[in-house]
Amino acid sequence: MQDLPDPRSLVNTDYADGSIYSNPELYDMEMDRIFMHNWIWVAHRSDLPEPGNFITTFVGPHPVIVSRDRKGDVHVMLNRCRHRGATVCERKSGTGASFVCPYHGWAYGLDGALRGVPYQEGYSGQLDKKKYPLVSLRVEEYNGLIFATFDKSIMSLDAWLGRAKPWIDLFMKQGAGWPVKTMGEHKFTFPGNWKIQLENTTDAYHFPIVHKSFLDSVDEETQNTFDFVGGKGFVEDLGHGHSVMVMIPELVDLDENLDAAIPERFLELAEELSKDYPPEKVRQIVRAVGGTGFNLNLFPNLACSMAFFRVLRPLSVNETEIRHIAIGMDGGPESANEARLRLHEHFQGPMGFGTPDDAEAWDRVQRGSLAGRDIAILLNRGLGHEAKREDGNLFSDVSAETGMRAAYRQWLAAMTDEMAAAETGV
Amino acid sequence: MTITLNEAIELITLEADMLDHSEFREWLKLYTADSLYAVPIDPDAKVEDLGKILNYAYDNAEMREKRVERLLGGRSISAAPPARTVRLLSRYRMLEAGTESCTLRCAQLLTELRQGRERYYAADVTFRLKRTEDGLRINQKIVRLLTSTEALTAVSYIL
Repeated sequence: MQDLPDPRSLVNTDYADGSIYSNPELYDMEMDRIFMHNWIWVAHRSDLPEPGNFITTFVGPHPVIVSRDRKGDVHVMLNRCRHRGATVCERKSGTGASFVCPYHGWAYGLDGALRGVPYQEGYSGQLDKKKYPLVSLRVEEYNGLIFATFDKSIMSLDAWLGRAKPWIDLFMKQGAGWPVKTMGEHKFTFPGNWKIQLENTTDAYHFPIVHKSFLDSVDEETQNTFDFVGGKGFVEDLGHGHSVMVMIPELVDLDENLDAAIPERFLELAEELSKDYPPEKVRQIVRAVGGTGFNLNLFPNLACSMAFFRVLRPLSVNETEIRHIAIGMDGGPESANEARLRLHEHFQGPMGFGTPDDAEAWDRVQRGSLAGRDIAILLNRGLGHEAKREDGNLFSDVSAETGMRAAYRQWLAAMTDEMAAAETGV
Repeated sequence: MTITLNEAIELITLEADMLDHSEFREWLKLYTADSLYAVPIDPDAKVEDLGKILNYAYDNAEMREKRVERLLGGRSISAAPPARTVRLLSRYRMLEAGTESCTLRCAQLLTELRQGRERYYAADVTFRLKRTEDGLRINQKIVRLLTSTEALTAVSYIL
């Protein structure tokens, strides 16, 4: 048997070997050590608001069902019948009381308990149904974000998110006082490794280059808002591979600066909202519609990215699925939610004005990085002026690669099982 | 006179040919000012409800113009150069025809070539056409991709 690759030889503080995007053995290690031993985001609370609701999704390569049982508890279970291994649910979402395997009719409750086995007498009393529920993962939730893990021994979600939690709270202010809800998604694949996308959500450097054509398509005021490279923003390492990239500092806390002038592109919406809401509330809603000014990258598969959730799923070493999930105000004004949907369509998704250009860049990284051997991928931007805050967080300018360094440090810790290193930083 | 199937096919075939040959500015003129070009995700959503939900594209005249500028501007790396496309329309059915407007449904098979990769998209396309002073024009084009609820790849052109 071939020796496993040594992750330590591939990733350093400020560079990585190009083969991290294309080595299949390394990919297999990642699926085990990262996607089975870290908290993986599976759903937003609003995806299954009522008892009986469920969705199907994946934890790494593993198909799972996320369900809400009669008592309201959320379960994440492998979508695999305990008898022959068939999937027990192929619907993307729905409401029901049980999951019945189509092959031999084994029936499971919303909590995964095995309820019924047809012709059970054929087991002569040797099948104890209690022993064969759907296999459950550990589930925890923070501010509407539901995560699961195979690993019963890793730290709590609360501890794992740690210093990222205040940023999650800030992100959820996009509800403008209403709860945040998901409003559909754009789903697409690109022919490249998942880490290329992981890096991108913490990469402000590419924005004015890759997204020229998007910037051409918006008004001057919006262009100025998005002219953040070289500005006052920053990237901050939040520990455990998480990081935040603040592009537009004025849009960090959406409940602040409510006296600021309403951007021209939202004047029509503001006027419409004024029919039903007082001026202060109108300003809060309009600010929420525009989204936050930061990307919060949560290792390894979720980003709370300005105005939407970005979820990545590795499909193979050189193919990755991305979902851009639109979010809105649950119970909020329809006109405001519709405005958010149009903004989402404008930039995101396979036909957006931003995403296809990102996908093109990632595609190029995958293909170009196959050239040659032992050539480094640089991760050192902003390192020279990186500093430490009082709470210990490393930070640098907005276009620094501090967030990537954070993610790769966690990657290395997970791949070598040295969590302690990630705890304390380098 | 009631709009005939032949009249309708003539217009939408011209549209398809223009899109495959990058005649985007001329393409814009085939649409009425109040028209909608949409590529929905939800296969069951009614046209009148598309504004309330997420789509791949939900373009009024202004957004269509921006899309064209993006394709012609040379500043979008996924569209410089744009993918080459060949689309075939067939299986035409007039769903509703009057003297002033008609609704036509057809099948579209599109092959895309970019960066050495060939990709395919099948779709049901529904057109609403209107008679105007300048002749027959497109008032609505709804492209319902067979794979709309699956993961797509970047579509940096007009379906």
